[in-house]
Amino acid sequence: IMCASAKYNTRGPALIPRMKTKHRIYYITLFSIVLLGLIATGMFQFWPHSIESSSDWTVEKRSVHDVPVVKLPADSPIPERGDLSCRMHTCFDVYRCGFNPKNKIKVYIYSLKKYVDEYGTLVSNTISKEYNELLMAISDSEFYTDDVNRACLFVPSIDVLNQNALRIKETAQALAQLSRWDRGTNHLLFNMLPGGPPDYNTALDVPRDRALLAGGGFSTWTYRQGYDVSIPVYSPLSGEVDLPERGPGPRRYFILSSQMALHPEYRLELEALQAENGESVLILDKCTNLSDGVPAVRKRCHKNQVFDYPQVLQESTFCVVLRGARLGQAVLSDVLQAGCVPVIIADSYILPFSEVLDWKRASVVIPEEKMPEMYSILQSIPQRQIEEMQRQARWFWEAYFRSMKAIALATLQIINDRIYPYAAISYEEWNDPPAVKWSSVSNPLFLPLIPPQSQGFTAVVLTYDRVESLFRVITEVSKVPSLSKLLVVWNNQNKNPPEDSLWPKIRVPLKVVRTAENKLSNRFFPYDEIETEAVLAIDDDIIMLTSDELQFGYEVWREFPDRLVGYPGRLHLWDHEMNKWKYESEWTNEVSMVLTGAAFYHKYFNYLYTYKMPGDIKNWVDAHMNCEDIAMNFLVANVTGKSVIKVTPRKKFKCPECTAIDGLSLDQTHMVERSECINKFASVFGTMPLKVVEHRADPVLYKDDFPEKLKSFPNIGSL
Amino acid sequence: MQTRKKYIFLTFLASWLLLFFFGGDQLRRFAFFSGRKAEARRNWPRWTDRTLLRSFADPEELQRDGDPALLSPRERRASWLSAYRSSRCRMETCFDFSRCERHGFKVFTYPQERGQPVSETYSKILSSIERSRYHTPDPEEACLFILSIDTLDRDHLSAQYVPNVDEKIRGFPLWNGGRNHLIFNLYSGTWPGYTRELGFDIGQAILAKASFDTQSFRPGFDVSIPLFSKDHPQRGGDRGWLYQDSVPPKKKYLLVFKGKRYLTGIGSGTRNALHHIHNGKDIISLTTCKHGKDWEKHKDTRCDKDNVDYERFDYQELLHNSTFCIVPRGRRLGSFRFLEALQAACIPVLLSDGWELPFSEAIDWGKAAVVGSERLLLQIPSAVRCIHPERVLAFQQHTQFLWDAYFSSVDKIVHTTLEIIKDRLSPHRSRSRLLWNALPGGLLVLPDFSTHLGDFPFYYLQHGYSPSKKFTALIRVVSQAGSLSQPILRLIQAVSGSQYCAQVGGAESCITQCSFQGSSGMMGLSAVEPPLCVLPPQLSDRFLPFEAIQTDAVLSLDEDTSLSTSEVDFAFSVWRSFPERIVGFPTQSHFWDPEQGRWGYTSKWTNELSIVLTAAAFYHRYYHSLFTEYLPAGLRELVDGLAACEDILMNVLVAAVTKLPPIKVTQRKQHKEAPHSAPAKAKGTAGSRRFSQRQDCLNQLADWFGYMPLVSSQLRLDPVLYKDQVSVLRKKYPSLER
Repeated sequence: IMCASAKYNTRGPALIPRMKTKHRIYYITLFSIVLLGLIATGMFQFWPHSIESSSDWTVEKRSVHDVPVVKLPADSPIPERGDLSCRMHTCFDVYRCGFNPKNKIKVYIYSLKKYVDEYGTLVSNTISKEYNELLMAISDSEFYTDDVNRACLFVPSIDVLNQNALRIKETAQALAQLSRWDRGTNHLLFNMLPGGPPDYNTALDVPRDRALLAGGGFSTWTYRQGYDVSIPVYSPLSGEVDLPERGPGPRRYFILSSQMALHPEYRLELEALQAENGESVLILDKCTNLSDGVPAVRKRCHKNQVFDYPQVLQESTFCVVLRGARLGQAVLSDVLQAGCVPVIIADSYILPFSEVLDWKRASVVIPEEKMPEMYSILQSIPQRQIEEMQRQARWFWEAYFRSMKAIALATLQIINDRIYPYAAISYEEWNDPPAVKWSSVSNPLFLPLIPPQSQGFTAVVLTYDRVESLFRVITEVSKVPSLSKLLVVWNNQNKNPPEDSLWPKIRVPLKVVRTAENKLSNRFFPYDEIETEAVLAIDDDIIMLTSDELQFGYEVWREFPDRLVGYPGRLHLWDHEMNKWKYESEWTNEVSMVLTGAAFYHKYFNYLYTYKMPGDIKNWVDAHMNCEDIAMNFLVANVTGKSVIKVTPRKKFKCPECTAIDGLSLDQTHMVERSECINKFASVFGTMPLKVVEHRADPVLYKDDFPEKLKSFPNIGSL
Repeated sequence: MQTRKKYIFLTFLASWLLLFFFGGDQLRRFAFFSGRKAEARRNWPRWTDRTLLRSFADPEELQRDGDPALLSPRERRASWLSAYRSSRCRMETCFDFSRCERHGFKVFTYPQERGQPVSETYSKILSSIERSRYHTPDPEEACLFILSIDTLDRDHLSAQYVPNVDEKIRGFPLWNGGRNHLIFNLYSGTWPGYTRELGFDIGQAILAKASFDTQSFRPGFDVSIPLFSKDHPQRGGDRGWLYQDSVPPKKKYLLVFKGKRYLTGIGSGTRNALHHIHNGKDIISLTTCKHGKDWEKHKDTRCDKDNVDYERFDYQELLHNSTFCIVPRGRRLGSFRFLEALQAACIPVLLSDGWELPFSEAIDWGKAAVVGSERLLLQIPSAVRCIHPERVLAFQQHTQFLWDAYFSSVDKIVHTTLEIIKDRLSPHRSRSRLLWNALPGGLLVLPDFSTHLGDFPFYYLQHGYSPSKKFTALIRVVSQAGSLSQPILRLIQAVSGSQYCAQVGGAESCITQCSFQGSSGMMGLSAVEPPLCVLPPQLSDRFLPFEAIQTDAVLSLDEDTSLSTSEVDFAFSVWRSFPERIVGFPTQSHFWDPEQGRWGYTSKWTNELSIVLTAAAFYHRYYHSLFTEYLPAGLRELVDGLAACEDILMNVLVAAVTKLPPIKVTQRKQHKEAPHSAPAKAKGTAGSRRFSQRQDCLNQLADWFGYMPLVSSQLRLDPVLYKDQVSVLRKKYPSLER
């Protein structure tokens, strides 16, 4: 909250005039300067907005052909060639972006113009369909601003997607006359087909000075790492053909090559591969004798067989993506769409969005020299990994390739992440397909640490008014060597806690916190008073645990600090008759929950319970005065993916789950309610996170034939 | 009085207007908010004819892609080779892959020449390479070459500067223009520019350099390494300082810096500005002007005050008690501070524009550091304040992971460098970014074993896999008899009785053929349902990555082990919860013996355990590969020489990987100790010699690893109802209680 409202002035602290001076002139001058300043600001701000754009935008329904025409004089300036040494810190004006609470850059789009040279000939096509889609996507995104003064990034509407469709010098001149060009600083150009015959440069040849280039087909020599963005070559087939996702698994062909314009040398190598490995390799070429009216781009042939393109790609496990004259190939997009694992053979090619995407999970990169070994290399990949790559390939297409919108937004996000690195999107968010995001966990306490024993634990006792029993619990717990503090959460608003003098005298600090409302979730609040990592939640009637048992429980927690470590265990079961989950408190061979009437856990989970509990679970628990422990079990299992640890043998607890219904013995309605909780929580979490295990933790020498007095925890299971 | 009031009023007015002037932007937004809302945002127009627009390239053009007939790939590659040399080197133009094909990735270090001074740090680097499993003494086999000339310090004002490197290099017959050479460097250039000048021509050699700048860095070719001090430990290394995970971070300071500022010259801009963010409360930013001999000449007005403040805080104290640490550039881009902050779990806030971060090819620094911009220093306090406490915790843990995985010793830094280069040789058999950035780190994950995450024991939860539901039993048989003895048969029967058993394998010294079907020729074994495979004898190599093991879990057994089926079943169900650990029956423990100043080892019954004997233990099959491929041959020989303590080595290795103790599970009765492992009274002197050898082994391993990786545990996992007072009929594993 504090952060969202924080305003920062990038120009440094403002000066505050001192009050003591008595010079009249000084004040008058100051006043007039300020007045002038005000008038200037006012003029600037309240004037009809800058002359350049307002008129162009007012009419909504217009044709591309009606846009204003700009004539470029032959001698108008040409920008410098692209500066290969540019990096964000040298060529990018970061002050334009400023600090903002949303951590979003602002992107401005120049209005569309038609550029003609001195003789009135067009410099390029006004705008292509794809570039129009791209600009539309930016304009609809939250990056967009229509205020050129607040923009951090500028996108010219001059279409340079295809270098072959434009005149290089004149396009450069058109760029240079943009109102905020300023050597191209903070300007972003999108290009998919760079270079031209005969040498096919790997980056756009239009001189562009410091402008950033989002280019398809960069090589490591032209790509300015951390400055340019490598983007895919969009395949218009993506929009035309709908290839439904195919489940992963083996397919009819192992390797498929579908490119039409392969260099003969490559084709020879591929054919050698086919000769060697037979049917599983399919090398397609263009069809020579198609009847009229059939678009050649949608057919491929092998000898006399005709295949539909891109559908045929779905028939193969691996699809070859070879470099052509250019490094970036539109076929990559088709291959990914088909869920075929691309085999990329293009040395020094910078893969699309390689700054953020982990291509090793979706593709196989093979050096050109190793082409003959392709078959054996691919054979060595485990089947399970191939399936994952297929899924990953399709996910990359869906998220970053499928439309110009996806390409534009990914590009802007990458630039955004460079400017606000502390708010950047993580590797997992970029790379994990939704299925993985769902099934995986990211444990917030992932580092394997065994917390030092000296830290001790804080016991948190939730109580209402059973003072006598509470005092017995306090006395018992205070005997545990590693107890470092005792916290009593007084949940009764109608009654004051006993006077200080009446409390038991114990060796550790005892704090009483009074709550504003009698809610069960008060037990899991991350009180500042809890200074240790370990928290022991204990009910005010649990007096049957020995000091050894509690101390051992703490030691076990230290070995499993990211789990719930507790005493009474419970189980959830699938009731086949009722078709729903059932709560089980009988003597079972398995556990999946521990009751928090007596359990150790990390304070972090208090924080999660209070602030990150999904759905309405927290309110539901408070309203029903039940199941807070089940909710905690769900929460911890869901975030860590791990089971609970039950410690020490089973003993007859005085119905630990009955505290909520106070004194009443375990009855049928109670069990039904607990079962309801499990079903309710499972539906809120969208899954059943609880893990069932068959083990519990005992001291190493528990029940072993060994002198009791030499055991660290002799007094276990005795009460 | 009147005039004064008027002045005050005027001043008030003036300052109000000033505010309006500076804050005009915000006010305007506020005041005219409703007005602007009505006037719709001027979006990109929806052209009426947008569907009629032409595509940026017609499909033919896209699929045909120019005229490829122009230049054949081979010619093009040849033309690159000449064009992209030295400063534009890439692996495909400047590295000879063919050298690495026959013998794999082998590294040769030039022999030391007499009279050639080598700094302490460089000799550590050389010995790291010699200790690595990639080292070869034969230049013919080598894929990568390392000079014996110390190239770490190329500041010619420094005492360790080696002159005339160019001449020396040209004298080396193997130099070959620097092809396939790796050159280490920590300091380049000198005052005042501190350029990247090395003072000799590295030609086509790969440069592993600290303080690399993005502009001279050859991506995918060079390696950026961290700057480390000459006291950096050779192996092992100190652990990080994060002992507890607290949310919100319980640190006294939010952001700290304490260091020199230079007053003039390169790098001084950033450091001279650092005092602006000092607030004396939670942000402490202290600089001293005392730098070099003649600092007083350049001294500015702040210096005296700054110098006084500087003395009031202790660097170590700040490091320990702060959540974030500013790591600004020094004269060069990298500084010692970076690794210091990383170790201290003080999240580095980098202010070093254009620095190619250490191992950036592998490490995702966004997870462990805040990459700030020198130009936006004043935004740093608010930016770090806005990072959520959970993210701070994740950052802190990640600093510790990175420190421990890649930086805590010279060995790790050098091995990471080698692994990064090795990964480039066969991109299809290399680590994905995920493997580098998740526990236990790239060095411990061998892509030669598999590139599939699910094949390793570490990523099950992260990726929603689970370990396979079957295991393979591996029985080591050393007895000489041609037939199987009774105990083995009983053991095979018990193990194969398990519902989870996939196959049984035995390494036997007398049978050399291997068959995957139940070998009916062997007496009594035709009835064994899971296939039985007999592996060829490899005396001490019980941990070879046998092809026959196809399941994730391996149950390792000795021929004289006695186990019941339910013990096996229960242990396997526990292992499935802890697939990255060793789960087994008989245990032993280690302890520090302060009197002798060495590690002690005991097989007596104790309240703790840290070693699970592999005479009866479940573990992941990946550890076979790690044991054989990751550990250098020298270490394995050492272990073989020492009374076959390879089981201790296995425990040490797994503990070093997981940082966690092994797990002991319920045993039916006292396990019959392997004859060599206990100082049983009956065995007398032979037994105790064995015992002291194992203790020696433990100490040598601790020495080799540079620390004691073993971790102790105080618990044992029993079935939920173990020895509880309930009917035996209710219990799943009643036989364990007998």
